[in-house]
Amino acid sequence: MDLRFGDEQERFRREARSWLESNVPSPKLPSLDTPEGFEAHRAWERTMFEARWSVVSWPERYGGRGLGLLEWLVFEEEYYRVQAPTRVGQNGIFLLAPTLFEFGTDEQKDRYLPPMASGEEIWCQGWSEPDAGSDLAAIRSRAERGGGDWVLSGQKTWCSRGAFADWLFGLFRTDPEAERHRGLTYFLVPLDAPGVTVRPIAQLDGETGFAEVFFEDVVVPDAQVLGEVHEGWGVAMATAGSERGLSLRSPARYTEAAGRLESLYHQRAGDHPARAARLGDAVARCLVDAEAYRLHTYWTATKVLAGGQVGAEASMNKVFWSETDLAIQRTALELLGADAELLDEEDRPGAWLDGYLFALAGPIYAGTNEIQRNVVAERVLGLPRP
Amino acid sequence: MHFAFDEHHLEFRAQLRALADKQCTPADLRASWDSELGWSPERYRALADMGVLGVTVPAEHGGLGLGFVDLVLLLEEAGRGGLPEPLLDTVAVGVPLLASLGGTPGEELAARWLPDVATGGAVLGPAMPGMPVRVVAGSGLLFFMAGGCLRVAEASEVDGVLRRSIDGAKRLWEPAVAADTGAVVAGGEEGRALWSAACDRGAWGASALLVGVADRLVSMAAEYARERTQFGKAIGSFQAVKHHLANALIRLEFARPLVYAAAWALDEGEPDASRRVSMAKSSASDAASLAASVALQVHGAIGYTWEHDLHLWMKRAWSLGAAWGDPGWHRARLLGTVDW
Repeated sequence: MDLRFGDEQERFRREARSWLESNVPSPKLPSLDTPEGFEAHRAWERTMFEARWSVVSWPERYGGRGLGLLEWLVFEEEYYRVQAPTRVGQNGIFLLAPTLFEFGTDEQKDRYLPPMASGEEIWCQGWSEPDAGSDLAAIRSRAERGGGDWVLSGQKTWCSRGAFADWLFGLFRTDPEAERHRGLTYFLVPLDAPGVTVRPIAQLDGETGFAEVFFEDVVVPDAQVLGEVHEGWGVAMATAGSERGLSLRSPARYTEAAGRLESLYHQRAGDHPARAARLGDAVARCLVDAEAYRLHTYWTATKVLAGGQVGAEASMNKVFWSETDLAIQRTALELLGADAELLDEEDRPGAWLDGYLFALAGPIYAGTNEIQRNVVAERVLGLPRP
Repeated sequence: MHFAFDEHHLEFRAQLRALADKQCTPADLRASWDSELGWSPERYRALADMGVLGVTVPAEHGGLGLGFVDLVLLLEEAGRGGLPEPLLDTVAVGVPLLASLGGTPGEELAARWLPDVATGGAVLGPAMPGMPVRVVAGSGLLFFMAGGCLRVAEASEVDGVLRRSIDGAKRLWEPAVAADTGAVVAGGEEGRALWSAACDRGAWGASALLVGVADRLVSMAAEYARERTQFGKAIGSFQAVKHHLANALIRLEFARPLVYAAAWALDEGEPDASRRVSMAKSSASDAASLAASVALQVHGAIGYTWEHDLHLWMKRAWSLGAAWGDPGWHRARLLGTVDW
């Protein structure tokens, strides 16, 4: 056991820190859920890509540096340390890309990965439908054969980044006769294709962070099927595993936020001793949980590097990071007292409110925490299905 | 960065698990509760024969000369197996304290006591101010702070008041120590630093045991939920029961790495070792406490009985959670408001 990073990794950390410190946009970019903010974030992805920082763990031929999981985690620590912009391409680079690496053909990897890495093509996901949320296998959007291609129809919803994205990845039913987890196929669909209508949805903060997407006889060639026809459920679950497991929420996000929470506590403790005394325990809990998540990630990464798999334990991660995030943001708002209701002006203190609104979605997206708890109970503890 | 155990750590743990399964059945544990000592000298010798008692004893004193990364899975296993023997006090706290004493008196004490510890012939007792200490019966050595100095005395020379613990295996005692009891081993800054390090090791050792206790409680409750039927179904098929158990498991699985990382930090003398210990104790105490509540609720009335074995572990969770700094104390320590 050794919890120190190696010399190479420390060198890499210094290089990343130095580049980020000189390149992170200042002032902060406008919200990525606005048209101008989205394009500003896309430009930032391009800047990172050109210096080969956007996807450090990918092979060089797709724009990465061919580095490992640990280096990626180091990069993430540095990225959050300087509070760099939210990754507008995260659905693609963190969720679709691992699936492409596992199931994609060489042609698909060559076609989709480089523009994903550069931000030229931003992806959103198409899982949920109006009648298929937690019960994802109930999806009804269809793909049928027509003229040697696939013809898609139906509706997807809650597509994060969907309002301004370029492409969508998602599941469509290709065999309506099959058992519901079978007969699904994983498609890659350009959102500017004829027959696609995107309707942005204003989120809790009033901005259009997600969208619903309608498909009316949208023609998609075979080359845009990922994995085998009718085997989409297994392909999608691999993506969902990434989302809940290691790749979507790197621990740096929470250790950085917990560190800011600790500073806020010490800043406010002098003026509001009674409030600080009441909230100290909650602040420390957040510090402990953020570090627990960080260590758990390194534990899992060591296992993965030794050839192990992330299985149902990804569901434990998802519950833990989403609830830790919420606890950090909520505790910060409690420390702010009457300032907690103030929307963001000049950075502080409204940034905590933004963080809280964002964190409130955590227990819902990527499979609700109730579903995750069922998965933990059934697949880890061996409790019977209902 | 390599955050994993080696094969030999897992093998050692498997040996201890086999010993606990064989020699510390719930019936054996109940017999220990009813005994005068609270634990079994035979089992203690078996632990010595296996090498568990000598893990931290330096090789020149007959031990294995290993560290806390080598010890942590054994303590965890002791918690899971319910072993009531004073491993935490002796192996995690007493031995490293004795081995770290400098100067002639320290070396003499180490030479005199450590070989006996490794063979199961002696136990060591660190007495924390304000916290009752386990009785160090027979051949034992007691450490304590008095008059601003770290002092040591043979247990048989010190009077004390007996106290009862919720953990029926623990014989507690408040030693009546004064500024002139026993002999000084270190004074001033050095004494306080040695003492503070000893308390950190105690809190860390309790965390390791607590993780094992939580593991046992979750396993017992999951097993019961799979087998007990109501409304014609296993109760574990109901979502309310599933979510209770998932919550307990999640808290446990995220406490573990904090305990392992603290072991590594203590071995390496990392500057943030004390902070890591407080994170471990906070998290492991809470995980075990939640596991106890959930296990009791999942078992229902049968879990509330003396007859069912659940309470043997629940009480351990409560006792260890409160000892060596309760979780709230450790969280206050993380913010710099309190310290040993």
